[in-house]
Amino acid sequence: MRRVVVTGLGLVTPLGADVETTWSNILAAKSGAGRITRFDSSDQKCHIACEVKPADHAYGFDPNKRVDHKVQRQVDPFIIYGIDAAGQAIEDAGLTDMDEATKFRAGCSIGSGIGGLPGIESESLVLAEKGPGRVSPHFVHGRLINLISGQVSIKYGLMGPNHAVVTACSTGAHSIGDAARMIKDGDADIMLAGGAEATICPIGIAGFAQARALSTAFNDQPEKASRPYDKDRDGFVMGEGAGVVVLEEYEHAKARGAKIYAEVVGYGLSGDAYHVTAPHPEGSGAYRSMEMALKKAGMTPGDIDYINAHGTSTPMGDELELGAVRRLFGNEIANVSMSSTKSAIGHLLGGAGAVETIFCILAIRDQIVPPTLNLDNPSEGTAGVDLVPHQAKKRQVRAALNNSFGFGGTNASLVVKAVD
Amino acid sequence: MSETADRVKKIVVEHLGVEAEKVTEEASFIDDLGADSLDIVELVMAFEEEFGVEIPDDAAEKIATVKDAIDYIDSNKG
Repeated sequence: MRRVVVTGLGLVTPLGADVETTWSNILAAKSGAGRITRFDSSDQKCHIACEVKPADHAYGFDPNKRVDHKVQRQVDPFIIYGIDAAGQAIEDAGLTDMDEATKFRAGCSIGSGIGGLPGIESESLVLAEKGPGRVSPHFVHGRLINLISGQVSIKYGLMGPNHAVVTACSTGAHSIGDAARMIKDGDADIMLAGGAEATICPIGIAGFAQARALSTAFNDQPEKASRPYDKDRDGFVMGEGAGVVVLEEYEHAKARGAKIYAEVVGYGLSGDAYHVTAPHPEGSGAYRSMEMALKKAGMTPGDIDYINAHGTSTPMGDELELGAVRRLFGNEIANVSMSSTKSAIGHLLGGAGAVETIFCILAIRDQIVPPTLNLDNPSEGTAGVDLVPHQAKKRQVRAALNNSFGFGGTNASLVVKAVD
Repeated sequence: MSETADRVKKIVVEHLGVEAEKVTEEASFIDDLGADSLDIVELVMAFEEEFGVEIPDDAAEKIATVKDAIDYIDSNKG
């Protein structure tokens, strides 16, 4: 059987424009939240977000590093973040000089939950104010979700499968899971896989606020707003950025002496078949997704040391996920650590599953689990579960599970483990 | 250099992300400046905005070099 390992990582997040900066800020319990600076949010219900910081910030993002000037002008920010994160991952994996034969066997599976919302918003205004003759000729391909995979394949000459998942907030996890299967099935030896999002714009904030999904009670204390499992949580804080990994067939990675971070051993998927925004009241979709991922991994709950929870800080979602974990893990719940890094970087929507899977991989690499910030008064249902409040914790991490759940009732779980 | 030429070159540099020295009047958008057909559509739109001229599709198709653009604008602006 073909095994799939991770040989490269790339991150653009509100806490850093690369993997190590983001990870050290996460472990230092920093928050990426603040008042929205991208636009005047004074007429909105929500005034806060976790923005990727500008280039002049201590851990800001400089798009000029890996994205051509012309491309920057033509595409939405989610594509820029995605291209950069993919570039980081390729560089990290030592694959910047692939020969032609390798490129035929290398592909992309980088998705997004929503795609180019800021550009759709601004070009719609151009259409209304100036007419169709002023709409950019780059409007369509600068907003399409599969254009990270498209741009990255063109930039690096990747001629294998070119795929893009769109499953709302499960996108990043599905992208990695699907890409891992493509390698297992022999469609490719190398896949760039992950997700990106950038929807901090007036229509994005208004839309999620109207759906009653965003936190609005902490507008004056942005860093306190994302508080998964805390009694005072009242919704998620929107984040943005990208996470991309290089997945590689194990023998292929070994043969070229690649650094191997972890193995992708389990992938589970399910549908709630219940409601467009609310999770199933018994968390049945979440349960089945995790159960399938463990089964595929040939593991039992006792093999999992860390869970990076979906944990968005919404009143219902956090509780139902924890309930599902409790039922699946039984007595083993006492031995697992489970945290939500959305408390630090907000909810990256289509990027979340990929970014958080990278955190799982780093937890295994460094034998440390990242904290859940702002967990001052844990909800009643959380007793007996180590939610890693406030501070990172050194502990053994042999294998980790990532959960991602999305609107429409779509669920994905991934299991990664240290390579024997 | 004419005022029109200055403004045209500035737009070309900004839109195509090329060095200002490369934007000579003889330079071809596609062969010398790395533009594709959609970039030219975008450049033509930018010229229309900047100079308040209408550049119909059949005229736009004939604009191949920087000089073509400057000449069209100079003979058609109000």
